[in-house]
Amino acid sequence: MRRALVLALAAAPWLHAAAQAEDPVAAEFDKFRAVLEQDNPAELFEVKGEELWTKPRGPKNASLAACDLGLGPGVVKGAYAQLPRYFADVDRVMDAEARIVHCMITLQGYSYAELAKQPFSSLTRTPDPVSIATYVAAQSAGMKIAAPQAHPKERAAYAAGQEMFFYRAGPYDFSCASCHGVDDKRIRTQPLPNFTRPAQAVRAVQGWPGYRMTGGVMHTLQWRMNDCFRQQRFPEPGYASEMVSALLTYLTVNANGHEYRGPGIKR
Amino acid sequence: MAEPMKIRATLQGDVADVRVLMAHPMETGQRKDAAGKIVPLHFIQSIGATLNGKPVFSADISQAISRNPVFAFKVKGARAGDTIAITWTDNKGETRTDQAVVRAAP
Repeated sequence: MRRALVLALAAAPWLHAAAQAEDPVAAEFDKFRAVLEQDNPAELFEVKGEELWTKPRGPKNASLAACDLGLGPGVVKGAYAQLPRYFADVDRVMDAEARIVHCMITLQGYSYAELAKQPFSSLTRTPDPVSIATYVAAQSAGMKIAAPQAHPKERAAYAAGQEMFFYRAGPYDFSCASCHGVDDKRIRTQPLPNFTRPAQAVRAVQGWPGYRMTGGVMHTLQWRMNDCFRQQRFPEPGYASEMVSALLTYLTVNANGHEYRGPGIKR
Repeated sequence: MAEPMKIRATLQGDVADVRVLMAHPMETGQRKDAAGKIVPLHFIQSIGATLNGKPVFSADISQAISRNPVFAFKVKGARAGDTIAITWTDNKGETRTDQAVVRAAP
């Protein structure tokens, strides 16, 4: 018993070093990102999002001040770090953007069809939920990621998300795990994190919502999931759907305990 | 139409370190839209900064500057509580001025 413990302790520093060993290209990218993070244009979307959150808007001319992101009506601080979570009023698990869309529908009177028509940012247009999500996310900067798993539906969402992550299908016979379940994969010069490794799992959440310098657009996790499905040649997932929330539950719960740094910047 | 800038002015000794984020499409006039038509040139032509109303610099910039640009500069002789104001004007004549108070470094 005692001997095993000593061995485990001796092995630990080596394991730690191996997990930290980084590709020099990735290290350069991280340096580049650190410089850019000082003046992240995501802040412009944050300002816009705050205005959209506080101003009365929509057919019902209401603000989102009564929107419950899981910590009580109107509580924004720290809410993003604890999403996705189960919401009793809709009896399902919702991620941040799905909840914002829900609030825009129920409180402000927007229609889902209208919001889901062009839900992602383009060069000329940033949809309101994107700016709002950026604002909400920024209010959790520096907090620990803590997506709850207490409710049975939260655990069911995790299980569904996990299954989806490893589900191989489509013309390429691909799964999320084809790219993100193995070590040392990359696309062009971008190393791909292996989300099944605890130390790397946080990279599914960190930096999102993110300002993408290519084109200068703001993107959220809803977009990221949608685009991953597209890259796998899967059918498009429904915007703010339960399926996307489930996949995000799996990815976020795996990242629990890490510090969330707020909206990020991407190449 | 023009959206607010984000200005940070932090004092380091008697030098204010000013960083400005501007929201602007900065179209180069060379990009084509989905229909294949050229997106007209639309960029910030001049920027200027004042400290308590006194000009500290002005600059003419071109369409070579990125979308949502960041500018950083240092102003000597600034004190905490001073007001930094930034103005930009684009080639369509649109203009925007925002200001921030110089703060001591935390």
